[in-house]
Amino acid sequence: MTTLTAKDKQTVKAFWAKVSGKSRTSAPLLMLVVYPQTKTYFSHWQDQSPNSPAARKHGKTVMMGVGDAVTKIDDLKEGLKELSELHAFTLRVDPANFKILSHNILVVMAVMFPTDFTPDVHVSLDKFLAAVSLALAEKYR
Amino acid sequence: MVEWTDFERATIKDIFSKIEYDVVGPATLARCLVVYPWTQRYFGKFGNLYNAAGIAENAMVSKHGITILHGLDRAVKNMDDIKNTYAELSVLHSEKLHVDPDNFKLLADCLTIVVAARFGNGFTGEVQAAFQKFMAVVVSSLGKQYH
Repeated sequence: MTTLTAKDKQTVKAFWAKVSGKSRTSAPLLMLVVYPQTKTYFSHWQDQSPNSPAARKHGKTVMMGVGDAVTKIDDLKEGLKELSELHAFTLRVDPANFKILSHNILVVMAVMFPTDFTPDVHVSLDKFLAAVSLALAEKYR
Repeated sequence: MVEWTDFERATIKDIFSKIEYDVVGPATLARCLVVYPWTQRYFGKFGNLYNAAGIAENAMVSKHGITILHGLDRAVKNMDDIKNTYAELSVLHSEKLHVDPDNFKLLADCLTIVVAARFGNGFTGEVQAAFQKFMAVVVSSLGKQYH
């Protein structure tokens, strides 16, 4: 996988700061609708619809995790070590789903920030999310 | 045979009736060339593709983006038989253009992003699912005649 250039890191940090504070919970919720297979991880929720309180709360948790990864952008492998262990040993989420979530994050960015989400921002964010996914999968095997 | 719900048919027709081809087409191809730079290999004769600005201003990219987007019109009109509708196009991409079929998915993803940006909140999860299903069928059909 490619490493993030200084320009990528700068672009991601700047863009995330701009979108910070606005509602960013919707990407994980979109996933439940567009990729119904992801609902299999939430069979313990009584209400699996994307607008349920449980889903919205969890969407926020996930997106805050991504925001945290932005602060650890210089060493994602080390910074996300514990989260990786959580996903590997406790949650046991198939890493293919990281790609699905990344895609939905990009779609939400396009919907909410059509002028700011330029091709240059898109490529840096795509690379960043791929790097996060890799770091999260680090402890799996 | 692909089964389409009424909602999916209506959504696809609605999207394609509303997008401005001369904006969405160029934006989609340009985005693909920036986000997935290896796709530039197919456009050696297009001149300046050195950076995002150059790509965005490139007249050949714009023109070709519109051509590609109009290529989807036939699939929109023939949703019940996209596979056969695209048989010839598939042969063209395989035998004449030599395009790696993995690239179709990359372009489809860029189109999803551009359409999402145009529609804003109208691009709900249900609309996204319908659009992505349509594009998946298009992508699969375009890859069908590769041997």
